[in-house]
Amino acid sequence: MEAPIDTNLATRPDERSGRVVSIKKQDTVSNTKRINRSFRQIRAENVFRRTLIIVALSMIVLVLGIMLTLIWKSTLSIKSAGIGYLWGKVWDPVRDIYGAYPFILGTLLTSFLALIISIPFSFAVGVFLGEYYPKGWLSDLLKNTVELIAAVPSVIYGFWALAVLVPIVRNFETKIGVEPVGLGIFSSSLILAVMVIPYAASLGRSMIQMVPSNLKEAAYSLGATRWEVIRSVIFPYTKSGLFAGILLSLGRALGETMAVTMVIGNTSLIPKSIFAPGNTMASVIANEFTEADHPVYLSALIELGLVLFLVTVVINMIGKKMISRFTNE
Amino acid sequence: MTNHVKYRIGKSAAFKTLTIVLAFACVVPLIFILIYIIQAGITKINWHFLTNLPKPVGETGGGIANALVGSMIIISVASVIAIPFGILCGIYLSENRKSRLAYWSRLCVDILQGVPSIVIGIVAYFWLVKPLGTFSALSGSIALAIMMLPIIIRSTEETLKLLPDSLREAGFALGLPFHRVVLKVIVPCGISGILSGVMLSVARIAGETAPLLFTAFGNPYLSVNILKPMQSLPLLIFNYATSPYNDWHDLAWGASCILLIWVLTLNIFTKLMTRKWKVQL
Repeated sequence: MEAPIDTNLATRPDERSGRVVSIKKQDTVSNTKRINRSFRQIRAENVFRRTLIIVALSMIVLVLGIMLTLIWKSTLSIKSAGIGYLWGKVWDPVRDIYGAYPFILGTLLTSFLALIISIPFSFAVGVFLGEYYPKGWLSDLLKNTVELIAAVPSVIYGFWALAVLVPIVRNFETKIGVEPVGLGIFSSSLILAVMVIPYAASLGRSMIQMVPSNLKEAAYSLGATRWEVIRSVIFPYTKSGLFAGILLSLGRALGETMAVTMVIGNTSLIPKSIFAPGNTMASVIANEFTEADHPVYLSALIELGLVLFLVTVVINMIGKKMISRFTNE
Repeated sequence: MTNHVKYRIGKSAAFKTLTIVLAFACVVPLIFILIYIIQAGITKINWHFLTNLPKPVGETGGGIANALVGSMIIISVASVIAIPFGILCGIYLSENRKSRLAYWSRLCVDILQGVPSIVIGIVAYFWLVKPLGTFSALSGSIALAIMMLPIIIRSTEETLKLLPDSLREAGFALGLPFHRVVLKVIVPCGISGILSGVMLSVARIAGETAPLLFTAFGNPYLSVNILKPMQSLPLLIFNYATSPYNDWHDLAWGASCILLIWVLTLNIFTKLMTRKWKVQL
């Protein structure tokens, strides 16, 4: 029963039918059983192959579908406001005026501020784990803890920031003499900075570990100190990888919704300073999507989603390309 | 030693100290958050809290039973959709490394991984909520399933790629058809990596709020109908945390504590598993 008819069955489906028919001529009971079985196997195999192809195809369909849905649903807004939508300074659903500039500015401010705050920390983690202590329990502990930072749900970061960080920022604002709101771009950047540390850090670590040791040893043999090796061998060598890590962090920061929505203060006015409340593209969508009561309003919100989608896709693609080029070299 | 050499060595030591200080400073906010949330939340958690519905504003007490049940249902449905689909796609990508379909499919997985969760929420709203005419747990599950896919696909593909070709060839040499080689030889060999990916993806979506805002929407009552709005833990935390009422904040702290413990346990468990099985993710 268990003996296969042909060892080539699996690899050469074309030849199978001929072989099977020739056996059929012998016309014994056990052979008929075997033949039926192998027909079933062939059919199952074909079904399986086809399923795999359909699944792989449907991934493409899914992503295209997401993009087309966004484009299709935002046509109303694209038609009515045109390209000026992107730098329209007023967002006023009551008067039916939709300009995305305040939110684009808010998104860029929070994201870049968060990046600037987080880069020294994530580089430090990368250098520490990649160069100073690549092995041992201490580096394991740090590595896993930093990865846990990425695991905490963003709504919990938001809640914590609301309860703890905002009052601290408010005190700080009173001290430096700006209007003490607490909620605002500065608070969101702080919490975002914490949230994006792991992305650049883990990429930085793996890039720094890939630096060939003969390069480092050459520098040491010329009398370089540790810092000089890091500065003039490791950093130049891993430049593109570190930059890709920053890009991936940026992609995360741009799309982050919940934590930012909870602490940014939610106003559609153009933020006057980094301590002022504002809104990001993602937080506007989160706040106003279910309240959007007429088609152009809804469409304008979806166009924000489309812009967000396109920007994050481009940033992620550049980042991924840089990483793959780096690892292939 | 000349002064210059001393200066260089000093600079090197200074940089090392700075690196160590900054590296460990990253951990500080995480520890603060963990301690704060657990302190604020653990006292709220008791049997009553886990088995009762939230009370209206003004009444103390009440629990989060609806959110717990809702989260479970939404995540289970999302997993049922995403796991088979993701694993099959991962198998395709690892078995057909160079085909054109695999290239485009892989690109799409990469794109999907970077899509902000709120955008997926919008799309799920138009695909399911609009046609069905009501917010529903099912639409939330679909949105979350879309977010799970890239993680499962990537980990399946990476794990299966690492398996030696000789395994596959041994299967074929015995005359096994393709689907049996894959399902009975390849997948069992890589099951640890695949499972870690699945668990990681569950951990990732368990705390997702943004895609649920316009899909599962939330519900103050206990609901088990997946075609109706349903509450979930992250939604409850968001809604109650941004409300001005102290009773609701208490509920949100308790819920945060549960969510945090759940997500971290899943993550740590996955880490231990991957280490035990020596999986590369």
